[in-house]
Amino acid sequence: MDLHFGDELKQLQEEVRRLLTERVSANLLRRLISEDEGYDPALWRTAAELGLLGAAVPEQYGGSGLGERAVCAIAEEMGRAVAPLPFFSSICLAAEAIKLAGAPAQKSAWLPRLASGEAIGTFAWQEGLGPPETDVDARFENGRISGVKSPVPDALLADVAVVVCEGPRLALADLSKGVRREPLRGFDQLRSHAKLVFENTPAEAMDVPDPKDALRRLYDRAAIYAAFEQLGAAESAMFMARDYTLQRYTFGRQLASYQAVKHNLANILVMVELARSNALYAAAALEADAPDLGAAAATARLAATRAYETAARENLQLHGGVGFTWEADCHFHYRRARLLALSLGSPAIWENRLIEALTKKNAAAA
Amino acid sequence: MHQTAPPARIDESAFRREVRAWLADNAAEYREARAWPEAELVARSLAWQKRKAEAGFGLITEPPGLGGRDGTAAMASIFAEEEARYHTPTFTGLGIAFGMALPTIRKHGAPEQYRRFAEPTIKGEAAWCQLFSEPSAGSDLAGLRTRAVRDGERWIVNGQKVWSSWAHHARFGILLARTDPTVVKHQGLTFFVLDMRTPGIEVRPIRQISGKSDFNETFLTDVVIPDANRIGAEGEGWACAMTVLMNERHGASERASVSHDSVENLLRAALAAGRLDSSSVRSKLAQWWVEEQGLKNFGLRIRAALERGETPPPAVAMMKLVSATKMQQTNAFLMDLGEYGGLFSEPDRPEQEQVFFQYIWSSAMMIAGGADEILRNQLAERVLGMPSEPRMDKVPFNELPGIKSS
Ligand SMILES: Cc1cc2nc3c(=O)[nH]c(=O)nc-3n(C[C@H](O)[C@H](O)[C@H](O)COP(=O)(O)OP(=O)(O)OC[C@H]3O[C@@H](n4cnc5c(N)ncnc54)[C@H](O)[C@@H]3O)c2cc1C
Repeated sequence: MDLHFGDELKQLQEEVRRLLTERVSANLLRRLISEDEGYDPALWRTAAELGLLGAAVPEQYGGSGLGERAVCAIAEEMGRAVAPLPFFSSICLAAEAIKLAGAPAQKSAWLPRLASGEAIGTFAWQEGLGPPETDVDARFENGRISGVKSPVPDALLADVAVVVCEGPRLALADLSKGVRREPLRGFDQLRSHAKLVFENTPAEAMDVPDPKDALRRLYDRAAIYAAFEQLGAAESAMFMARDYTLQRYTFGRQLASYQAVKHNLANILVMVELARSNALYAAAALEADAPDLGAAAATARLAATRAYETAARENLQLHGGVGFTWEADCHFHYRRARLLALSLGSPAIWENRLIEALTKKNAAAA
Repeated sequence: MHQTAPPARIDESAFRREVRAWLADNAAEYREARAWPEAELVARSLAWQKRKAEAGFGLITEPPGLGGRDGTAAMASIFAEEEARYHTPTFTGLGIAFGMALPTIRKHGAPEQYRRFAEPTIKGEAAWCQLFSEPSAGSDLAGLRTRAVRDGERWIVNGQKVWSSWAHHARFGILLARTDPTVVKHQGLTFFVLDMRTPGIEVRPIRQISGKSDFNETFLTDVVIPDANRIGAEGEGWACAMTVLMNERHGASERASVSHDSVENLLRAALAAGRLDSSSVRSKLAQWWVEEQGLKNFGLRIRAALERGETPPPAVAMMKLVSATKMQQTNAFLMDLGEYGGLFSEPDRPEQEQVFFQYIWSSAMMIAGGADEILRNQLAERVLGMPSEPRMDKVPFNELPGIKSS
């Protein structure tokens, strides 16, 4: 399998990096947190104009059809910049869910709008505490949803949601019609979340023959995109720590010259490189729809989660007291790493998914 | 990497079929794993190398006259993958030959030298050893004291090497020696090929914690090396040594995919022990899987980069770091699964001997070819661009404390 991102993708990735470096400053992020915003609409419009939102949307639905690896490359840059955009919710979750489970009319109605950025989508699965996918109480009957979904990412901005209901069944809800949204106070205020209260709210059935399988596939795909987001973010936290320790002096020496500091960062580098290797493999498996996609997705997610959480924590630690201040910006990663570690299910859940996949493979081989 | 025009694309599936058929005909006796006494292992390894060379598989990227077939790196990987389905004999003396000595001589030596040493090696007539470390120079390799003094068209060498793996079966050794003690230590070194049959070489075995004696002390007394066996210029030995170490670290992490401590086998063992329901067991298996796959995929990236003509990034140092630690942890786990009884091998569980051996061997992996701490320094310095360690040795070698007085 070819793990290499070709020149075209690399160029795209560099463009995205340039755009986000220019437009996403620490000042902007701090201001957005203070204003309880978590979203920069002007930047979203620019991203849409550059065609970043429709990368994995087929051309017939108004996308550019660049493919899944392009989404991976963009997600990596979103993570690196901690970009205040609903990219993951709208593109990596909602658009993917509609691609996987939507009827042709639903695809025609929503994919072009998601690809153009005119509409924002989200995916509502969680109901309070506990692992995803279990104990879903929301009901979908006679074209109406009743129940409470929480937390739902970017739910205050979203125009449409794919909702997981009891069964499981998947429903597509136009959020302009009869949904109550209650903002949530979250640990990472840079990505807003809300409670969606459905009270006999009209919605459309997404009549995919095997919704359980569709959900499993959606989680696998989302996990791979998230792994790239975590990877870009981990690298950013690692370089932030490196750069700080290069310019800080203690006992007459650069902080970065102490072996304890070097070894700490070398260990993070190893985690980042393992995570990158596993993410690249998973991206190739995704594009090829390989039989081991499930295991590859879990592997990529676990590696990336570990790399990002470690990098984010150590970055703060290596900044010393300054790291604990609002102005030092270590907190963006410190919080975001936790959000990305749990939003699709914690490491324990993915470890189980992985071991189940390997056990199945082992049984099949025996 | 030598610079030649990229070879024409080959039909990989046809080549794979050819390799499979040839192995089926020639490697049938190596379908099962077997342990041979040391002398037989060496003899069989050389004989097997010879057989490969006769069929053009000796070193696939070389021309037919050298036991190859002008093949591509991709073909070499295909052959390696297919050969890995068998348990063909090999030993460290060939690993050093192909993984370290030949690539270095090709990069730093003259074409005539490469040909002179590659031919007998590829044809299964020569194993190699590495004569770098000394009692006072391991991690600090450039501090070595073995002296080579020029005498017209030859060099006279005196000194002591240590930890020389498989030197007692080697035809050639790669030797790093000090040729100029009056300059800073890294600059006074020169790289040689030593014919191990030269008078004045004494190889004495050292008993290891495994109970075996794979490595030796090597004493060099007035040993003569012709100048034609000097690789690279006088005083440029450090660059050659770096090439050797880079290759050694990369090679040390390439292990058979079917080893007893692969995660698939750990999973089976946990299942058999009734422990797969434990969340701590699952968590460990998942973590090792992430590392195993990460290494495999990292290896694919490196291989592809080499095939694109790029040089391997300094990050390859991490492969040994990750694989050695994982080896230690996973073999400890295979003992843990049996609790107290896991520390004993019974006739019905002979595979436990493998576990003991790998647990012991992992400790050597963390030291040999660059200890973990040294590799971490390198990752931090070469990949992340952090400052090098403060040093006290930037003076001429013969003015260093400890050297000056002696
Ligand atoms: C099984 C085996 C086979 C070997 N085969 C060969 C061979 O064939 N040929 C050959 O030439 N050599 C061989 N070696 C030698 C090997 O390369 C050295 O043992 C190794 O480089 C370490 O050097 P040392 O033993 O002198 O340990 P030292 O350099 O004394 O190191 C001792 C400890 O201190 C740490 N340390 C050293 N310097 C630093 C530093 N600056 N910062 C932090 N920590 C540090 C090390 O990481 C290590 O943990 C072999 C070794 C083993 C174990």
